[in-house]
Amino acid sequence: MDPQNRSGVTRRGLLKGAGLAAATGALMRAGEALAREAADANVRVQGPGPEKLTLQVNGQARELLAEPRETLLDALRLPLDLTGAKPVCDRGACGACTVWLDGEPVYACTLLALECEGRAITTVEGLGTPSSMHPVQDAFVKDDGMQCGFCTPGMVMSCAWAVKTHGKGLTEEQARAATAGNLCRCGTYPHVLKAALRAAKGA
Amino acid sequence: MPSVTYKAGGEGLERELTVEIHEQDATPWGADAVLRLVGGEHPRPDGPAKATGAARYTYDVARPRLAYAGSLLCPYAHARLKDIDEAGARAVPGVLDVRVNRGEYRHAGQAVAVVCAENEHALGDGLRALKATYEVLPAAVTVEDALKPGAAEVEPGKGNREVDARRGRQGDPGAFAKAFEASAVQVEAEFRTQIQTHSAFEPHGSLSDPGSGGEAVVFASTQATSAFQGLGRNLGLDGPARVIADHVGGGFGAKFGPMSGDQAAAEFARKLQRPVKYMCTRREEHLVGGNRPDSIQRLKLGGTKDGEITAFGGVSDGTAGNGTGGAGAANTIVYRLGAQDMEQGAVRTFTARGAAFRAPGHPQGSFALEGMLDLYAAKAGLDPLEVRRKNDRHPLRALQWQIGAEKLGWSTWRKTKPGAGKGPVKRGVGCAAARWGNPGGGKWNVEVAIARDASVTVRNAAQDIGTGTKSVLQIVVAEELGCDLARVNVTIADTRFPPGPGSGGSTTAPSLAPAAREAGLRAREQLEGLLAVEWSTEPSKVRLEKGLFRGPGGKKASFEEACGLIGEQGLSVTGQRRDNWKSADGLGETAGCQFAQVAVDVETGVVRVERVVAVHDCGRVINALSARNQVNGGVIQGISYALFEERRLDRAQGDMVNPTLDTYRITGMADCPTIDVVLTSVVSGFNNMGVMGLGEPATVPTAAAVAGAVFHATGAQVRELPMTPDRVLAALARRPS
Repeated sequence: MDPQNRSGVTRRGLLKGAGLAAATGALMRAGEALAREAADANVRVQGPGPEKLTLQVNGQARELLAEPRETLLDALRLPLDLTGAKPVCDRGACGACTVWLDGEPVYACTLLALECEGRAITTVEGLGTPSSMHPVQDAFVKDDGMQCGFCTPGMVMSCAWAVKTHGKGLTEEQARAATAGNLCRCGTYPHVLKAALRAAKGA
Repeated sequence: MPSVTYKAGGEGLERELTVEIHEQDATPWGADAVLRLVGGEHPRPDGPAKATGAARYTYDVARPRLAYAGSLLCPYAHARLKDIDEAGARAVPGVLDVRVNRGEYRHAGQAVAVVCAENEHALGDGLRALKATYEVLPAAVTVEDALKPGAAEVEPGKGNREVDARRGRQGDPGAFAKAFEASAVQVEAEFRTQIQTHSAFEPHGSLSDPGSGGEAVVFASTQATSAFQGLGRNLGLDGPARVIADHVGGGFGAKFGPMSGDQAAAEFARKLQRPVKYMCTRREEHLVGGNRPDSIQRLKLGGTKDGEITAFGGVSDGTAGNGTGGAGAANTIVYRLGAQDMEQGAVRTFTARGAAFRAPGHPQGSFALEGMLDLYAAKAGLDPLEVRRKNDRHPLRALQWQIGAEKLGWSTWRKTKPGAGKGPVKRGVGCAAARWGNPGGGKWNVEVAIARDASVTVRNAAQDIGTGTKSVLQIVVAEELGCDLARVNVTIADTRFPPGPGSGGSTTAPSLAPAAREAGLRAREQLEGLLAVEWSTEPSKVRLEKGLFRGPGGKKASFEEACGLIGEQGLSVTGQRRDNWKSADGLGETAGCQFAQVAVDVETGVVRVERVVAVHDCGRVINALSARNQVNGGVIQGISYALFEERRLDRAQGDMVNPTLDTYRITGMADCPTIDVVLTSVVSGFNNMGVMGLGEPATVPTAAAVAGAVFHATGAQVRELPMTPDRVLAALARRPS
């Protein structure tokens, strides 16, 4: 699905960053205008205030209140208190917020929560817990695929996707490609790579 | 004080050492000590929490009624506020409070106003509603502009340049001039290094909770929990605040105390009587979250025809922003350099202050110094490694050079002439050295508590910023107690616990581990005492051997059985970090060296690092797994410094033009070479384990080794960091044909 065509308001940049929302009054006016346009075009309108959303997170239906400009990342972290995915670059550059959407890795900071309704969201918490870790999480621990750990949940999601996708045959090149969108400031890459390959062996 | 003689050193450099030790201190583990856990490879205890997202960082802490604060950042290097719509911001739904900092702003990123709001959306709306306008004032944001006649002065009347107070001036100008004139081989060159931002992934920030009747607490993303206790004043407490930093998303030297935003948040929290969180934005982090000062180093080196350096001198200028501390380049400290005359200038600019950054001064000094050695070797027709070995003075590094050269195949590689081979991709190798040597210290206490169910808890206020401090404490205590690692819970980073050091200077391990060892040992003695009573014998007749306590008559007990004798209330002992002893001869500073192999595309100017061999010493290795991780990380950050990272400012207005992680490039997985890490483990002396630190030296020589390799590959020396394609192509164009 092309998110650009799904709703009138897609990237929060439109409202949050582009200066449209210089003041709430202006925001309300913009919202009313959008609503009128949408009514003509028979499109569902949301916002600008908080609205009830239902997200399918880690196999559970989770209800929350979110403004249309709420990113998936903020929706996961704040109302749902799933803080594994991390805010770092705020613009789809570092991958610390990586989650799966219908099984594919995405940057949660560049998706709107409302775009993700009805889709299966998997976060790092959904893969495993400290007492019952996913094999990739276990490999990250064994190979010390972390230092400060702030990028680790994103790295885990990308590596787990690589293992899920390529299985036992995962090559170093494929593991590198799968994590090419995940930055790590501490420089744990060699350990991450080792962990991904270790986990694949057991897949 | 008891006197102890033991074998220190290692790696063929064993030395007998006699030290006077505190009567409570543990007798030193010598180079020949047989240890069960120390030195092995052990996953860190907080690994599962970090790998599953269960680890809560300051950014993740939620509290009922939490409010959010953030700043409007001045977009100019030097300006005064003309107008600001404070009332407009206050009228935004969800905005709780606004504070305007009126006055003159002396760097881009300075907080013009701070807003506190119900949620992050309202915070953003409030900040935008401020619509500040400015009167822009004259400024200079680069070293060169600040040194121009008539440049705007950061501190009016004082001039912008000062000679760095710490590293200031060294040597003897007369002796240097004479030695340089007399030297058979002379080289002169200018090297430039860039400003690098720390860019920790968890930004600076904190959450101040006034407690509303209960206990006030501050959560902070910090390298020093103790440094945030002072926020108690901002929070309106009578004394220091309790500070917690369970997990910290990186620091690299810039997180040693509260920033203005943290103070503002605590003050909002006091006023509103609700918890307030302040986390820097990524742009703010780049602008004001700390940076490594840049440098322009104009250097001269003289030497003999056979590789002995006889003279080294020059002038370095760098900017640490609108302050002067830490602008020097540590370019004289590794090798014997003969007669010296070095001046380190600190140039004030209208930019945010620099901060200690992983080996402050060293990577910039190393890049220039090693570059001078490469130039000298090239001019004298000598092997660059031989020049280094000839002027090196560290006995361990002599071995490290050999290990690294063999692993990389140095002598074979150096037979390749620069620019040799078909095609545009040329390959070469380079090398450089690291030096460090802070053995730590401080009267820190580590508490070890054991419960009857054999669970062990280690407590200290120090934080683990990702270096593996928790792991170090766990291993050392488990070693002394003879128990499984899993029995030992490390609960640190809370100022309710015994005080601990800030994580800096690569001193956390050597400052805390010896105290943990003493605590572990004393706790074990208590267990032995309980067993002695149980077995009706003398405590001295009970001893721990291969994981079992043994007594006379074949009596034995496991750790768990021994713990069963502990009373209801459990057992708790505290070990202290005693004063440093003397070091083993010649091993008082840690040694390291790195070799890099690169591929340079001479048509595009793109440099790829293909392989790095990193040989490092950190005294006794405690956890070989996390130590290797530290070295890998140091190398990777060094590659980042060598090839990618650079804070770029708008030269007229002073704002940063690349304050994002897509425009401020750091090393990614695809840039990451094969890295061989070799740890040479020696007992340094100094403390009961012979442990030293490792975080900083591992990042010092990388950029210099990479630059040496580019020089070897192409015959063109790139004297400016980062070695981006344009700079590589420019150096190639200047290369004599």
